[in-house]
Amino acid sequence: MLGLPSDIWVPIQLTIELAAITTLSLLVVATPLAWWLARSRAAWKEGVAAIVSLPIVLPPTVLGFYLLILLGPDGPGGAIASLWGARTLAFTFTGLVIGSIVSSMPFVVQPIRNAFAAIGDRPLEVAATLRASPRRAFWTVALPLASPGLLTGAVLGFAHAVGEFGVVLMIGGNIPGRTRVMSTAIFDFVETMRWRDANMLAGGMVVFAFAVILSMILLEKRFARARA
Amino acid sequence: MRLTALVAALGAFLASSAEAAQTHIAVAANFTEPAKEIAALFNQKTGHEAVLSFGASGAFFTQITHGAPFEVFLSADSERPKAAADGGFALADSLFTYAIGKLVLWSRVIDVTDGEAALKAGQFQKLSIANPVAAPYGTAAVEAMKALGLYDALQPKIVQGNSIAQAFQFVDTRNAEVGFVALSQLYGVTAGTRWEVPQTLYSPIRQDAVLLKTGADSEASKAFLEFLKGPEARAIIERFGYALN
Amino acid sequence: MTDGETIRAAFKGTLGKFSLDAGFTAPAKGVTALFGPSGCGKTTVLRCIAGLLRLPDGLCVVGGDVWQDRDGAFLPTHKRPLGYVFQEASLFAHLSVRRNLMFGAPHSEGDAGRGRIAFDEVVELLSLTALLDRAPGKLSGGERQRVAIGRALLSQPKLLLMDEPLSALDRATKGEILPFLERLRDRLSLPIVYITHAIAEVERLADQIVLMDKGRVIGAGPLDELQSDPALPLAIARDAAVTLDGVIEKHDSGYGLLTLSVRGGSLIVPAPKASTGEHRRVRVIAGDVSLAREPPGLSSILNVLPARIVSATPVEADEIIAVLALGADGSGARLLSRLTRKSWEQLRLAEGTSVYAQVKAVALAPGRGELG
Repeated sequence: MLGLPSDIWVPIQLTIELAAITTLSLLVVATPLAWWLARSRAAWKEGVAAIVSLPIVLPPTVLGFYLLILLGPDGPGGAIASLWGARTLAFTFTGLVIGSIVSSMPFVVQPIRNAFAAIGDRPLEVAATLRASPRRAFWTVALPLASPGLLTGAVLGFAHAVGEFGVVLMIGGNIPGRTRVMSTAIFDFVETMRWRDANMLAGGMVVFAFAVILSMILLEKRFARARA
Repeated sequence: MRLTALVAALGAFLASSAEAAQTHIAVAANFTEPAKEIAALFNQKTGHEAVLSFGASGAFFTQITHGAPFEVFLSADSERPKAAADGGFALADSLFTYAIGKLVLWSRVIDVTDGEAALKAGQFQKLSIANPVAAPYGTAAVEAMKALGLYDALQPKIVQGNSIAQAFQFVDTRNAEVGFVALSQLYGVTAGTRWEVPQTLYSPIRQDAVLLKTGADSEASKAFLEFLKGPEARAIIERFGYALN
Repeated sequence: MTDGETIRAAFKGTLGKFSLDAGFTAPAKGVTALFGPSGCGKTTVLRCIAGLLRLPDGLCVVGGDVWQDRDGAFLPTHKRPLGYVFQEASLFAHLSVRRNLMFGAPHSEGDAGRGRIAFDEVVELLSLTALLDRAPGKLSGGERQRVAIGRALLSQPKLLLMDEPLSALDRATKGEILPFLERLRDRLSLPIVYITHAIAEVERLADQIVLMDKGRVIGAGPLDELQSDPALPLAIARDAAVTLDGVIEKHDSGYGLLTLSVRGGSLIVPAPKASTGEHRRVRVIAGDVSLAREPPGLSSILNVLPARIVSATPVEADEIIAVLALGADGSGARLLSRLTRKSWEQLRLAEGTSVYAQVKAVALAPGRGELG
């Protein structure tokens, strides 16, 4: 692909897949969570917010360790994996996705939560007085009004997942074609002093992430201008 | 103001205590526990303080070649101390093997007391090793499997930890049913079953120590390396599961 | 009135430091104004009627349908057939004017025709044609408010709630929108509960008013009754006035004067020609009414009406507010007169005294359907 050898191209492909799936999954998971955090009056909601933010603070080694247990035969991961005869979700692409989701979650939840909170109560009250059930009000009023926040969350989540290193290293097992993503491949290249390959991969990663983020930001600006 | 003056005075006092000096030692992660015991004993016997830093030998090597202030390097392999000496960062004639790592097959899920048979039977989904690119134990594991003629059969099941510590973690959390770890890692561990891989199956994992350029004039550093060769240190090293020269 | 012809609301509870205990019954047609000073609880009551605020001790029955009762029944806001216009239009920023208008409109035909408010009707009523495809951010305050009203109407409400819809607008814009509200009231048979703290809006729009203060209802009834009730703050305010309903008798085109008959007398107002028999509201400020014990001699004041003093209430240090009933027998509409205690005593006025009320100025509200 692109004239690059497969030990360079495959990690790139895996990384993009991982980041894309992580981002989409996060949008689905983080949006209801962010909605609840923005609107709930439960006394313990900031506790939940703190837990969600933990991955920012915890060192990847700690996070990776807990994930190993969670994904392994002693945890829920093992139970799920046993459905298809495997013992663990570690060393699988699915396991990587889960780890990536956990570690990128705070970057997605926060902007979406802020966007929902910024809407305030009024538009939803208006919707209610116009016969919109809470579900309809969410889809036709809250979500569209919060869409810039969702876009920001998606950009941040994607960028973070592309650059994710520590967690992937801890639970991936570095299996070529399955869990050897760009970060682990670069690590290998550095260890074997293949500087040129390491640079190519790392540099390419930076350029790609930059391009994605820039285009999303421009899109977001276009959105906002159209609305004003 | 008063505080800085106090700290300065303290520093001067400590520095002037020429008798009890410090030496900064980079220690391969797998040698953590024995190193701590040896350092404590060293302090008792000589009054010098060995300040230990633990980590991956590869990372230490990179740091040392970029001017990190370590004075002694206890590596997990023999290549890096040699490379350091060749590069002029270490004194070649101080180089010696302080421990020989022993490769062990370990499992908390299946019985590997007869390791070769267990590997042949292949009744497991994942086999954990340290990344051969990064760790000598990983290279040794691959060597051993090849020597047994089982490498090709086992290769699809291999998962790599980026360090021997990680490889250990995969087996310890039972994500991998079996794995090649260092005997020293199993010190004090009673869980599971193990098989010491016969030395004939892999090249000895020599762990070499060397005096770095920065420590060339440090009495404490030289004293530490001497102590490391001595009987008390060797007893500790053996107890922790290493072989000796 | 039967249940089907009224709106019954009563709410009791505390919100922070504010305690509410207010209830009223309003007819299920026409404009009922909820009037009172800022902070008296008007908005709280309206939000309770709408179901946006839920006080456990609450009752709300609209045209026979129970929206809330004290046994725990509570219809959530989105199930109540109401329209709500907020103080700030609160249009949906992500939708065009047209889509804002259609947001609450029922998708199916339903019982179309039966009193259904049509899109074109609303657009015409509120002059929205030019605005339909614009974005809400590009509208002026007055335009936004008109769209908000239209949006509420198109949800086919059985009750329209309006929370100070004009107070966020400047004076000129207010003057623009008021006629639209009058048109609304006149053309649609829709009960409206209208909150305001501006007496001028009450006078132009309201059929009934509910007077509130400090979380309580202190008076309820037709406007002119409450205005001339000395026990209520309206009558003794500095700018106290009464609003009377008049019927046009004739027009003197030579002098440009309109004669209206009110209950118990007639009033002459400088005004352009208007059709005989039409109803118009007239406003008479207490300070413009002076009293005489005998018919006054030559004077520039055109309106001199026989009346009888009903009550007198001292206000401030040295003033009196007298409530008069028009007509020699004192059976007509009420007027207020503000005079000094000195005059009161010098003229030896008292309750029951027959007097002549000299009305210096009469303000005429614009005709129905006219844009002021």
